[in-house]
Amino acid sequence: MSIAAVFMATFRRDLRLLARQKSDWLNPLLFFLVVLSLFPLGIGAKPNLLREIAPGIIWIAALLSVLLGAERLFKQDYRDGVLEQLVSARLPLPAYVLAKMAASWCASGLPLIIVSPLLALLLGLSQPAFFAVVATLLLGTPLLTLLSALGAALTLSADKGGILLALVILPFYIPLLIFASAAVEQAAFGLPYGAQLAIIAAMLCLALALVPFAVFKALKLNVG
Amino acid sequence: MFKWLDPYAKPQRLYALCGTWQQVLMPLAWFTLLIGVVWGLGFTPADYQQGDSYRIIHIHVPAAIWSMGAYSSMAIAAFIALVWQIKVAQWAIGAIAPIGACFTLIALFTGSFWGKPMWGTWWEWDARLTSELILLFLYVGVIALQNAFADRETGDKAASLLAIVGVVNLPIIHFSVEWWNTLHQGASITKFAKPSIDPSMLWPLLICITGFALLLAALTCLRLRTAILLHEQHRPWVRDLVKESSDA
Repeated sequence: MSIAAVFMATFRRDLRLLARQKSDWLNPLLFFLVVLSLFPLGIGAKPNLLREIAPGIIWIAALLSVLLGAERLFKQDYRDGVLEQLVSARLPLPAYVLAKMAASWCASGLPLIIVSPLLALLLGLSQPAFFAVVATLLLGTPLLTLLSALGAALTLSADKGGILLALVILPFYIPLLIFASAAVEQAAFGLPYGAQLAIIAAMLCLALALVPFAVFKALKLNVG
Repeated sequence: MFKWLDPYAKPQRLYALCGTWQQVLMPLAWFTLLIGVVWGLGFTPADYQQGDSYRIIHIHVPAAIWSMGAYSSMAIAAFIALVWQIKVAQWAIGAIAPIGACFTLIALFTGSFWGKPMWGTWWEWDARLTSELILLFLYVGVIALQNAFADRETGDKAASLLAIVGVVNLPIIHFSVEWWNTLHQGASITKFAKPSIDPSMLWPLLICITGFALLLAALTCLRLRTAILLHEQHRPWVRDLVKESSDA
């Protein structure tokens, strides 16, 4: 099978699975909203303070929800032996990996962008800040998905799941967190934030080129 | 060179080699450290600005330097393990990681004790401090991943992959943290303007840095030897070794 055929077959199958198992994309989204509404409850309903810390908390909630959504990315295929068959059939595994990540982004990244107008209302964002949130989410959530897929592949056959994945992969989120929340903050002050977006885009390109191969390697060593 | 190196990829030969090196390196490391620390803490002149409290530099700076040095040597070992599939290089990652994490902790704690009297705070979200903290997180991730698998082999391989991913990311993290700090605010407590260090202070510092490097090497030999024994425990040569030492 060619690379494109493997990609399309995996992508279609995963989308169909998502359509049938609605909790797979609903749960990360609900988690995101619940975490976001915890902040005003913990800090107190102070509109000015909330507006000030909004960029940071939006992004922290986003990266946690994508991380949790990606945890089960390869688990099912690993348990029922699909992954083993793929490795031994010598199919182009990076294409399979990319398709998995694309479907995972549709499940945990795209919904965040769709509900982002709601965030603007909840946290009292100004219009430029809201546009910056959408722009950074558009560029940043694919990067989050790539990195958490790497974590999910590394910890695939480990005894301890969730916490280990977070411990291993969260430090790698730091650059994205810095630049994304800086962009939103700049936008809130009415300043240009093109530079931050460009850096996030550059990190995304770099990750897109390298991560599928690292994931491929990690999957292979877990399958053994 | 490879012809000369090749036999040492065999665990048994490496075990013996590490044993010899360790016997030389360990006393040398403690001797160097003793000289450096006693000289640095006891016999250098006090700083004209910081008084006696600057003396912690003789622990702080070497630990910080070699916390990064340990990470790079770990990444080199990981690269060798992945490219040439050499098993002992995988085991070396597990041997180095906890030492590096300890050095990082020492650097953070001594820095904190130095910062309290000098800057008036235990912790400042300064770019260098934050980078060192993230380095500690990376070490913790590697150690946690290595120990998370029922199959030791998988854990070693996963940890070596993570170490490589970490070393690709380290410059990105470092520069983003530096930029983050300048974006938010200038440091409210500026670091003292560093006068070019006087030779009477420089020499003990250099000796301490050498001492920490020797200690790192010696501890790595020690831990690698244990790792080799652990992984090869079912091999005949290890059994013979155990029998010999229990007979003696």
